[in-house]
Amino acid sequence: MSDIALEKAETTSAPGTTRRGFSFGPLALGLLLPLSLAVILEIGVAKGFFQGRLAPPPSKIAVTLGELISTGEWFRHAYATGWRVALGFAFGASAGILFGTLSGAVPFVRRLIDPTVQALRAVPSIAWVPLFILWFGIFETSKITLIAVGVFFPVYLGVLGAVLSIDRKVIEVGRVFRLSKLELGRRIMLPATLPALVTSLRAGLGLGWMFVVAAEIMGASEGLGFLLVDGQQVGRPDLIVSAIISFAFLGFLTDALLARATAPFLRWRDDLSTSERG
Amino acid sequence: MLSIDQVSRIFPGGQEALRTIALSIPQGEIVAMVGGSGCGKTTLLRLVAGLDAPSSGRIELDGADLREPSPDVGIIFQEPRLLPWLSVADNIGFGIAHLGKAEREERIASVLLRIGLAGYEKRWPRELSGGQAQRVAIARALVTKPKVLLLDEPFSALDAFTRASLHEHLLALWETERLSVLIVTHDVDEAVTLADRIVVMQPKPGRIFTEIPVQLPRPRDKRSDAFHAMSRQVLDALDGSLSDGPSNAKAASTEATAFWW
Ligand SMILES: Nc1ncnc2c1ncn2[C@@H]1O[C@H](COP(=O)(O)OP(=O)(O)OP(=O)(O)O)[C@@H](O)[C@H]1O
Ligand SMILES: [Mg+2]
Repeated sequence: MSDIALEKAETTSAPGTTRRGFSFGPLALGLLLPLSLAVILEIGVAKGFFQGRLAPPPSKIAVTLGELISTGEWFRHAYATGWRVALGFAFGASAGILFGTLSGAVPFVRRLIDPTVQALRAVPSIAWVPLFILWFGIFETSKITLIAVGVFFPVYLGVLGAVLSIDRKVIEVGRVFRLSKLELGRRIMLPATLPALVTSLRAGLGLGWMFVVAAEIMGASEGLGFLLVDGQQVGRPDLIVSAIISFAFLGFLTDALLARATAPFLRWRDDLSTSERG
Repeated sequence: MLSIDQVSRIFPGGQEALRTIALSIPQGEIVAMVGGSGCGKTTLLRLVAGLDAPSSGRIELDGADLREPSPDVGIIFQEPRLLPWLSVADNIGFGIAHLGKAEREERIASVLLRIGLAGYEKRWPRELSGGQAQRVAIARALVTKPKVLLLDEPFSALDAFTRASLHEHLLALWETERLSVLIVTHDVDEAVTLADRIVVMQPKPGRIFTEIPVQLPRPRDKRSDAFHAMSRQVLDALDGSLSDGPSNAKAASTEATAFWW
């Protein structure tokens, strides 16, 4: 079996290439499907086999995106959306960290707030929208609140879990050296929970991007989510796909930035993420 | 002088881990503690380290009560318990953060040299072998210059060769610092190699069965007859400690036990 697999791998990779051929192979295979769909669509529309009104060919989307960017429209919408996510993330993550830490470190606080949080978690966050609009109006406040709520839960849960799972043995090291409560928090609990904190922040950020779409679809005059609705109303799928691509790009970019910014603090980790064997 | 005076520890569940332990360790003495599993050795070390409080009795160091962790008492656990997010140097300096930078770095450098890990200061704990990590843990306990060093089966996870070399390190450190050392071990040879006195514990409830002074000259030759005789004495005492007690009143059977009882 393994011999056959080896032979196959050797024949499919170009002669002379060694390891690169192996890592290139799966990637090329993965790209085959979307690329060929794109090419079929492109050629099909060019040859007039189909109109492409509902499924715009890649070239059309590229043109639309190019126009949005060159007129500066894209930046206006991306800025509006990004700003909402940033604010919602900042509030939601801060609250998640604060209450997650308190709930983890102080049993009384945990017994006080955790049941409520767990109960609220069961509510699909989008269900809050009508209430938030009643409370905060249809402008920024309700949108940012919704995003903050979406970000809050994964961060709260991640931080709470991390604090609760700090090894008693490591805490004891702090006690042996007579650390004060504050020092124990700063020198032991903070670094011990940092990896889980980063993971939960990334999950929260992902949800932030998800909820900004919901918030903007509910009603906005600018933002990438507005482009989605606008594209639907004026019947321009190329606009919708452009907005979708922009969301994917920005979501990926901000996640990568967050990962990059926190990486220096996590170099000490002894797990698959730092293992040289990968 | 470390004095443990009629110390008992009864856990909340009613488990009597230690009953009226009395043990004095003059400054500079090495005492090894051996005994079956569950006879309260770890419990006693935790009491001396101030990580736990006795149910009754007192523990004093040079006349001062030891109720909380003290800078004069260092403890080394069975696992190195290094902080994975700190480099080797920062782990060693963890307990002396209050000192000035220059003083701190000098102490770290000198202790690294003594444990044979000079040049390792920038490494992460995950990049150390088990023996190296345990040496760093020893260094971390030593930089605060304690008067008493407590060790709980510190070398049990290491191979015989590494263990022997760590014994030498420990004895060299002990000779320069003149620390009092209380070491828990399951390894009789280790006890005989290191200790001036061996305390044999007995379980249920944990108490001292007997004490055996070790008067072999240092450095000790593990192949000598005197060493072997000593080891046998300790082994026999251990046998006795397990077969003879109020909860297990079977008569001590071996000759040696009769000799030691
Ligand atoms: N936190 C605790 N709560 C209740 N009982 C405990 C606790 N810690 C230890 N004990 C009990 O106290 C007794 C002594 O435990 P201890 O850990 O001191 O034994 P030990 O001599 O160190 O054993 P070993 O050689 O296996 O390490 C045991 O019976 C144990 O079950
Ligand atoms: Mg133990």
